Amino acid sequence: MRPARAHPLWLAFVLHRVSGLALALFLPVHFWVLSYALTTPEKLNEFLSFAEQPIVKLAEFGLVFLLAVHVFGGLRLMAMEWLPWSGPQKSLAAGALGVAVLISGTFLLQVV
Amino acid sequence: MEPVTSQESALDGQSGTLEVSVWRGTSQGGDYQRFEVPALENQTILDVVSWIQHYADATLTYRFACRVGMCGSCAMMVNGQPRWTCRTHVKKVLKAGKVQIGPLRNLPVIKDLVADMDPFFDKWVTAGGAHAPSATRDDPIPPVDPQDAIRVEASAGIECINCSICYAACDTVAGNPDYLGPAALQRAWTLLNDAKHDAPHQILDAVSGVGGCHNCHSMGSCTVFCPNDLDPMSAIAGLKRETAKSFFRRRK
Repeated sequence: MRPARAHPLWLAFVLHRVSGLALALFLPVHFWVLSYALTTPEKLNEFLSFAEQPIVKLAEFGLVFLLAVHVFGGLRLMAMEWLPWSGPQKSLAAGALGVAVLISGTFLLQVV
Repeated sequence: MEPVTSQESALDGQSGTLEVSVWRGTSQGGDYQRFEVPALENQTILDVVSWIQHYADATLTYRFACRVGMCGSCAMMVNGQPRWTCRTHVKKVLKAGKVQIGPLRNLPVIKDLVADMDPFFDKWVTAGGAHAPSATRDDPIPPVDPQDAIRVEASAGIECINCSICYAACDTVAGNPDYLGPAALQRAWTLLNDAKHDAPHQILDAVSGVGGCHNCHSMGSCTVFCPNDLDPMSAIAGLKRETAKSFFRRRK
């Protein structure tokens, strides 16, 4: 028996947690690939040409979205917890999502 | 057990019935039992539970007192959501003629619809929720300005009726049994902002330890479900702010 959770701030929590976990998984891989620049540059070049494929660009769009939604959602939480003002949290959470969509959408339009 | 049919529906001249599943049992085990209850024009969930206890099964155990949303005794899970049953109209929650009623979540169940409130109230005390007077009865009464910003913060939380709906709604409580929960922390925030409370530092210590305010993930279910439209999430944010401030001040 669980209470209905589909209210905006609970969804904002899930989005923040999932994007944080996904970014935490991405970062080590990211640094590992970057380390090729120092150890085996030809491998890095190989990877960079692989990264030109449309499917990878689509994945990068997802990555930019996750990063943006985590940054702006995090700013909302920090503002709520550190400023002596609580604000309309539902609208702010929706705003964070909106800005993330805008940023990642702009990114996608620029690469296609 | 056989579903019980209504005797009153014929008397009232009303034909509709509600299909009600009610939790029977304890924390150790149990199941939902089906009852058929006459549908009335004006009917709360508490009315439905009372009807079952009066006319269908006198052994059904539940808790209520005032029936007007003042005492905070009758909170239950209705269709999986914590609600004050005396102020929850059946029409508002009915799904295809059915409704499921269970004991409050996140608390041990004594029997049927009665949750054991001890952990809930123990946490009020743990969070420093007992008032420590700053003056005796012989002292003059210090004036309190209701418009004062700090008093406004304190006044925001004093309408809490201790119904434990926020505690049942909170997923952080579900995941961490030591977490003090929204109601106790909101009480701590109210007392912290009460000019007549004499032990603010005790409160900050009590709410900054294991299970304290920093466990809160700001999911906001407390604020969504609070029947009195209080805002425990913002109260807890206030505690986070004050405990952090006091931490840095003490390090200097």
